[in-house]
Amino acid sequence: MTAKKVPYIVPVGPIHPALKEPVHIELTVSGEEVISADFTPGQTHRGIEWMGLSRNPVQIVHLTDRICGICGVTHSLAFARAVEQIADITVPERADYVRTIIAEFERIQSHLLWAGVAAHELGFDTLFYLAWRVREGAMDAIELISGNRVNYDIIQIGGVRRDITEDQFEPIRRCLANYKDLFGKLKMLFLEDAVINSRCKGAGRLSFEKAMAYSTVGPTARASGCTADLRADYPYAAYGDLNVKPVLPTVYSNDINGDTYDRIVVRIFEIAQSIEIIEECLANMPVGRILWEEKVAGILAACKKAKGEAVGLHEAPRGECLHYVAMDLAEIPIAWKVKASSYSNLHVWPLILKGAQLADIPIIVASIDPCLSCTDRVVVTDAAAGRTKIFTKEELTRLSYEKTRRLMQ
Amino acid sequence: MSVFFAALGGTILLASFAIGFGLLLTGIDRRVAARMQARVGPPLLQPFTDVRKLFAKQNIIPANAIPWLFNAMPIIALASSIAILLYLPFGSFAPVLGAFGDVILVLYLLIIPSLALVLGGFASGSPYATVGAQREMVSMIAYELPLAVTVISIAWRLHAAHVAEPFSMLTLMQTPVWDVVGPLGSTALLILLVVMAWVTPGELSKIPFDSPEAETELAGGILAEYSGRNLGLFALAQAVKTVAVAAFGIILLLPWNLSPFLGLTMVAAGIADLVFFALKVLFVVSISVTVVRMMMARFRITQVVGLYWLVLGGLGALAIFLLMADTSYVPGMI
Repeated sequence: MTAKKVPYIVPVGPIHPALKEPVHIELTVSGEEVISADFTPGQTHRGIEWMGLSRNPVQIVHLTDRICGICGVTHSLAFARAVEQIADITVPERADYVRTIIAEFERIQSHLLWAGVAAHELGFDTLFYLAWRVREGAMDAIELISGNRVNYDIIQIGGVRRDITEDQFEPIRRCLANYKDLFGKLKMLFLEDAVINSRCKGAGRLSFEKAMAYSTVGPTARASGCTADLRADYPYAAYGDLNVKPVLPTVYSNDINGDTYDRIVVRIFEIAQSIEIIEECLANMPVGRILWEEKVAGILAACKKAKGEAVGLHEAPRGECLHYVAMDLAEIPIAWKVKASSYSNLHVWPLILKGAQLADIPIIVASIDPCLSCTDRVVVTDAAAGRTKIFTKEELTRLSYEKTRRLMQ
Repeated sequence: MSVFFAALGGTILLASFAIGFGLLLTGIDRRVAARMQARVGPPLLQPFTDVRKLFAKQNIIPANAIPWLFNAMPIIALASSIAILLYLPFGSFAPVLGAFGDVILVLYLLIIPSLALVLGGFASGSPYATVGAQREMVSMIAYELPLAVTVISIAWRLHAAHVAEPFSMLTLMQTPVWDVVGPLGSTALLILLVVMAWVTPGELSKIPFDSPEAETELAGGILAEYSGRNLGLFALAQAVKTVAVAAFGIILLLPWNLSPFLGLTMVAAGIADLVFFALKVLFVVSISVTVVRMMMARFRITQVVGLYWLVLGGLGALAIFLLMADTSYVPGMI
């Protein structure tokens, strides 16, 4: 080509084969090297929070199930925990165990789904099909427990809607045994393959300092050496009875690089950790009720008496998921705010994409396991003018001050 | 005049054979690949349906494109792919235009379909296609070295064995180089076989060398803006090129015919050799394209260059040294 390379812009998205959900990434590229990157979320905003603010918590739980297509329990668990704190509801122990089991199965299927996507981004379709075929085991177990494959609808305020019966233990254990057999194979295929090694090592490096500064969560943070894991830091559900330790890349190699390869390591080994957690939960399952109050009217009565605000947290497959709920002596919450795990992780994209090879963009973008439908909360559009607006930090701060003042009056 | 009509008839015959066989090969490749991934896979004749559908679809020319260049390139790609076939012997059939060109010409002709793709990509006026075209150029430069080394060293070895016209395609087909060499030379030829097995997927832009098209990175890259009839023509060109590249490798390194072993003559020999040749093409495509793309991830373009120049170029150099050493011990058995 010409001696002087002129930078040009390569748009990725909103619709692109490398993206499973719409987001717009704009890359300034010189030759094959990315000079700078920027992204625009908000391409798939659905207004779920707004829908929630005209419904009662029991109804909202079903909405939360539909925030994400992969995390079927994450959002409902975080939301239920927030409401339970406000209404002072104690979840029965057995329900906590069921919640933990389904959450860990969700982690297994989510990580396997991600592993398949990662392989596909690298052009390794055989591994993609293998990972997704293996994932079916977890999907079947989830279907067995909840009756659904995608939107589990198993969480209820104050417990779970379905119990795990004695005769379900055997198929679940068989599924786990199957995964244990497969684990060595998965580890070998993903971590020892020469091409995956050469493509992922050093790609999309995120240092420990930057991971902390950008408040990353979940496997993205852990791959950079942050020990953040809500299951260990603020145990909830049955995690308090278990000894959960954050999985760091050191489980496989000696040093922590915070690159794409380390993110694969963390996720693959978290699958093994989840298998152990489920086994332990099954072995120590307490007997008893699965709901604090079986009648919906009873739950709603408690909600009506509830006043206050709370934050519900859950360590989703992608990291910390946060639901803020405020209630004021009415069935319908006065505020509900969802912060999906990807929201914290997306912001490192411009950082880790800078200096990357064009070929590595799909795998780097995918390496933080973005879940955009969960993340997109707000989009400001002027339909008449056909414009969308992006608020700056200063504008948002000013708007927040104004709202606080309005609420204080 | 008779040469002209023979060439015309040969071209039409060869083109229809290569298009049909090439599309069938694609179908077999897709089906076998699907079975290796535990999928059902498409029907064997799916590529024919695909091409028929493409020809019926709207042909979109992007606003940024240079229309005449954009439209001309698919035709040039198909025409040049067919032109390669005219210089290749199929089984015991001599090349149609064998008298007018040798292996060096074929080496150059093999570049033209890729070059047409590159120009078409640049003419698309899309960043994806531009990046794809740049990558295609780089990978062409990359795989050309080991390919040229293979061709030259085989022809040189035949020359050293005092075979007449070592650069003629017909000579290469009729005088298997394996019959000429000693044990050292056989080792060298085995190395060259490995080199050719890696050059073939590169020539055909298949995984792990599909970075010019790279679905997940460039959304089809070089072909991103092509649709309808133009894309259909490129699909046909790719089918013909698959046959040509595999046939080229076979003529260089797996040239044996079946008829001498079976003692067949005349028409029976021609048919048997052609069928055997087609089976060899299928074998080469299955190994070099299907199996390789099933077990690998895509290389970065820098890794492609490294592999072809350093690893395969090095292997090629080793093969040349072995062949030279072989010549001093076994000058030639013919």
